Amino acid sequence: MSNYIMPLIVLIVIIYGIIKKVPVYDTFIEGAKESFDLVLKLFPCLLAMILSVNIFLKSNIVDLFKFISFIPNQILPMIIMRPISGTSSLAILTNIYEMFGPDSMLGTLASYIQGTTDTTFYILTLYFGSIGIKKIKYALWVGLLADLISITISILFINFIS
Amino acid sequence: MVNKIWGYFIIIGVLYCLLNNNIEVINESILDSTKTSFDMIIKIFPVMALWLGIAKIAEASGLLKKLSSKLSIILKHIFPEIPTNHESLSYISSNIIANMFGLGNAATPFGLKAMQSLQQLNKKKDTATRSMITFLVLNTSGVTIIPTTIISLRMMYGSINPTGIVLPCIIITFLSTLSGLIIDRIFARFYV
Repeated sequence: MSNYIMPLIVLIVIIYGIIKKVPVYDTFIEGAKESFDLVLKLFPCLLAMILSVNIFLKSNIVDLFKFISFIPNQILPMIIMRPISGTSSLAILTNIYEMFGPDSMLGTLASYIQGTTDTTFYILTLYFGSIGIKKIKYALWVGLLADLISITISILFINFIS
Repeated sequence: MVNKIWGYFIIIGVLYCLLNNNIEVINESILDSTKTSFDMIIKIFPVMALWLGIAKIAEASGLLKKLSSKLSIILKHIFPEIPTNHESLSYISSNIIANMFGLGNAATPFGLKAMQSLQQLNKKKDTATRSMITFLVLNTSGVTIIPTTIISLRMMYGSINPTGIVLPCIIITFLSTLSGLIIDRIFARFYV
């Protein structure tokens, strides 16, 4: 069933585009071109994150956190980085796929976390900064709590359901 | 923030290896990181190009707009203090729709527009309003229905079931967004 999701999205988008007389090919190219910008911005970030996360993980210091048996140690850098930077956590996610495989327990958990949380600090700074809000009241706490809940539910889900 | 954490990851890692006389590992990770990151960017590049292309068609054809107008009917109940037919509702729903399809980069411009129009309703210009914070909660708990980037990356790394994460993600998102909204309401009531 879930194998149908991607083909269906592509199909619906293109059929709707043709009905609305959008030049679908040209538009696709135009959109795809934007990826150059993104990739150029992403690469330095990716390199930096892989460097520091690899040093951190391979030093085996995460073994010191074994007492928190609830959270798999190798996922810690991702949990720390997720609220702060989207590209960094995407880099860590790919790194986890590379190291443990996307279908491993860690790979699945990392997919859940990436899919269900967002970059709270970044959004907060960008969104409030853009309109000059200085007093953010309880916004940071609610945002971080929402992330924490997503991560907790992801871990519970992987331990008890799948 | 990123600067400090990035630095500390490296400092802690190197110091810990020095303590354990395990410095080979550091040499290895420094050299590996260049190769790994290059391989990764080569894998991510076409995936992004593909989805940005599809997203552009959805945007140009007005599909995103149509979906978001459906959504704004529900949003009225979550944002009771926004007057009916105010433009901010449509920006908020466009932002959420883009997020739903895992198109974070398409979502940001709508999010900024939404904040600007919420600011028009704001009486104290330097203080966040309740609706702004509610909007942030919807954003940060990540209302994702189809995480396209994640699915494609899973494919590239040889997953046997790349879309297997979709249903769990929807369930987790639903639960966490709901709890986020409840927490938001509790804070809004008791915050002085």
